[in-house]
Amino acid sequence: MFNDATNYAQQVDEVMLFIVISSVILLLIVTVAMIYFVIRYNKKRNPVASQISGNTKLEVFWIAIPTVLVLFMFYFGYAIFHESRVVPKGALIVKVVGRMWEWKFEYNNGKDSKELYLPSGKPVKLELTTLDVNHSFYIPAFRIKEDVVAGRENYMVVLPQKLGTYDIVCAQYCGFHHSLMHTYLHVVSNDDFMKWLGTKDSLESNNRFQEYYPVKKLLAKN
Amino acid sequence: MENADTASYVDFYHAEGKHKGILSWLLTTDHKRIGLMYMCSMMTFMLIGMTLGVLMKIEMLTPGKTIVSAQTYNAMFTLHGLIMIFLFIIPGLPAIFGNFMLPLQIGARDVAFPRLNLLSWYFYMTGGIFAILSLFLRGGPIDTGWTFYIPYSIRTGTDVILPLLAAFILGFSSIITGINFVTTIHRMRAPGMGFFKMPLFVWSLYATAWIQIIATPIIGITIILVIIERLFQMGIFDPALGGDPLLFQHLFWIYSHPAVYIMILPAMGAVSEIIPTFAKRTIFGYKAIAYSSLAIAFIGYFVWAHHMFTSGISETSRFIFSLLTFLVAIPSGVKVFNWVATLYKGSITPGVPLLFVMLFVFLFSIGGLTGLVLGSLATNAHLHDTYFVVAHFHYVMFGGTVMIFFGALHYWFPKMFGKMYNEKIAKWTIPVIFVGFNMLYFTMFILGYEGMPRRYWDYLPKYQTLHVISTVGSWILVTGIIIMLVNLINGLRKGPKAPMNPWGGKTLEWTVPSPPPVYNFEEIPVITHGPYYYGGEEEK
Ligand code: HEM
Ligand SMILES: [Cu+2]
Ligand SMILES: [Cu+2]
Repeated sequence: MFNDATNYAQQVDEVMLFIVISSVILLLIVTVAMIYFVIRYNKKRNPVASQISGNTKLEVFWIAIPTVLVLFMFYFGYAIFHESRVVPKGALIVKVVGRMWEWKFEYNNGKDSKELYLPSGKPVKLELTTLDVNHSFYIPAFRIKEDVVAGRENYMVVLPQKLGTYDIVCAQYCGFHHSLMHTYLHVVSNDDFMKWLGTKDSLESNNRFQEYYPVKKLLAKN
Repeated sequence: MENADTASYVDFYHAEGKHKGILSWLLTTDHKRIGLMYMCSMMTFMLIGMTLGVLMKIEMLTPGKTIVSAQTYNAMFTLHGLIMIFLFIIPGLPAIFGNFMLPLQIGARDVAFPRLNLLSWYFYMTGGIFAILSLFLRGGPIDTGWTFYIPYSIRTGTDVILPLLAAFILGFSSIITGINFVTTIHRMRAPGMGFFKMPLFVWSLYATAWIQIIATPIIGITIILVIIERLFQMGIFDPALGGDPLLFQHLFWIYSHPAVYIMILPAMGAVSEIIPTFAKRTIFGYKAIAYSSLAIAFIGYFVWAHHMFTSGISETSRFIFSLLTFLVAIPSGVKVFNWVATLYKGSITPGVPLLFVMLFVFLFSIGGLTGLVLGSLATNAHLHDTYFVVAHFHYVMFGGTVMIFFGALHYWFPKMFGKMYNEKIAKWTIPVIFVGFNMLYFTMFILGYEGMPRRYWDYLPKYQTLHVISTVGSWILVTGIIIMLVNLINGLRKGPKAPMNPWGGKTLEWTVPSPPPVYNFEEIPVITHGPYYYGGEEEK
């Protein structure tokens, strides 16, 4: 189940596992007890019901235990999440610009790209803005998203680790081709990244929008 | 008492009134007739909504286009959401069973304001008709999603104003019903029925009514502001004009989160009725259940921003709203524990309504527990706005409220119509619904965890297998629901006559004939016991 694309993603999965396991236990207790009672205290086996109107100790018990449990879940989730909000010193800054229905990435040397290239092992602050409506910048493999809200600049911190190509999708509904607002994240070694950064703009892309609407067709339409 | 069945009386269907035929319905002020009119209209909308849902799932069979274009798909999930939320599940149990049963359960002859009650049905219908009309006028079917997020809802070329007006009018229907119920509960309880002798369904209606009264005006104001923004470009929400789109999201969820409790609380109330009746014993922890309704209604106001964890709100807000979200889970948990404890040492007949309750407890628990996954900040940033959320809210609203809607229908059917349905067939629909439901929605949890966002017309090929399973599940589910409904309709047409108290319930609706006479009670009863008194010592 664990996702090792980044350290952070792995920790998110740990939080998830913790909550899911506790939940499954609670669900089993409730369901098994319910089914057992319905069978065990069936009218035939138990013709006369006992009129039990409550039990304060039991009530306190099943308020207290879940409260402690959920507080723990809360804290665990918050503590991990907090990491993704702290911008480390010296983080690489990349501007992410969303618009209906594509992403563009701007690096501080002036280079623009339709696909996101990031060096492995270096923290990155992604500054998220949109030219039109709201979008949401989501990298499923990194277990993180942040909305791109009209009129504001949101941010997200990632620390790419494993080399590879990952999907980037839009998670906030943004109209007609919301589902095609897709591109790729390439995590490459630092050397490859520096080499790539030195080349000229790469506004070609193989994302899903282009599959449906190749750039030529799009230009012809407008 | 038992032979009151056969004693001569005229039930409310046959009683002579001022009007005849269809007018005896359209101009009625009888809470029972109004409840039934709500039932007919809401079930029609429910069926339209389900049809849209099934069509959406068929579209999801293959990546890319299967049957409809992206634009049509966007309109379909918007409409599906709007219908299910505003026309079906928010009026929900209160409008049907609340109207029909509230006066009966508290020993009253009608609600406090019978004419207002009729007016609220007309508001409801006007809203529904506006929503339908909007599909055929000007810009075509709205495509914003049921959440109307700005700026998209200001930019889209489709018609947003009419559906917004529809929601606005429906809001009035909701507020009026709320005021009516609060007044009725305060003023019209039978002598001897203190607040802590009220049936728990009444308690839940009471808590719900307060949310309806207090929260609904906020969506009303928000809607008006969006309309103003769209018509006059005022610059309230649109950042291009100096407005703030997050302000909209706050206002929207300040209503729409409490609205989730408008949807679920009455269902929880109905569960608290059904379990004692079929376990033949008093409810475990009456006060805990009653207070937890109020606690949910109250804390429910302070968790709205958990829908906005990824919208760029401050880390402090994320911290606080996440914490409160975890806390609001506790009273719901308390209810579940109390229900299960009520089965302990009961003398249980597993009748159809109880089986629906068991289905509910299982599905609703999954819905609630996955809410914890979404409430945690770390996992929320991954799962928010993915299919995980779609699964979560269907487990809560469909697995929770709608299953109890079905359960309540089977529970009060004999009282409402004076007929019985075929219990054997009804029992067999439950496993079908169970299998279909979990195939349809459990797969969505996995899809979401794997990163498939919601409101997607197209998807990456790796998600296809799960979508196919899910779509087949939707067919099984609706087959179960159709059999269930046909069985009820058959019961209505040619079922045997139902006795006054087929399940051996103790609340007051079971002390009047089925179906009840126009003014419910010959003589207003005097209450001496709690609502679920099956003998023995009573807690004071
Ligand atoms: C046969 C039954 C149903 C099926 C097959 C179904 C299916 C679906 C599907 C496929 C989606 C949209 C997924 C997406 O693209 O994001 C959806 C969304 C939704 N459903 Fe259902 N559903 C059903 C019943 C219900 C019920 C009973 C309710 C509520 C009581 C409900 C409430 C909603 C809401 C609020 C949305 C969100 C709409 C939006 O994103 O704006 N559905 N449903
Ligand atoms: Cu989008
Ligand atoms: Cu909410």
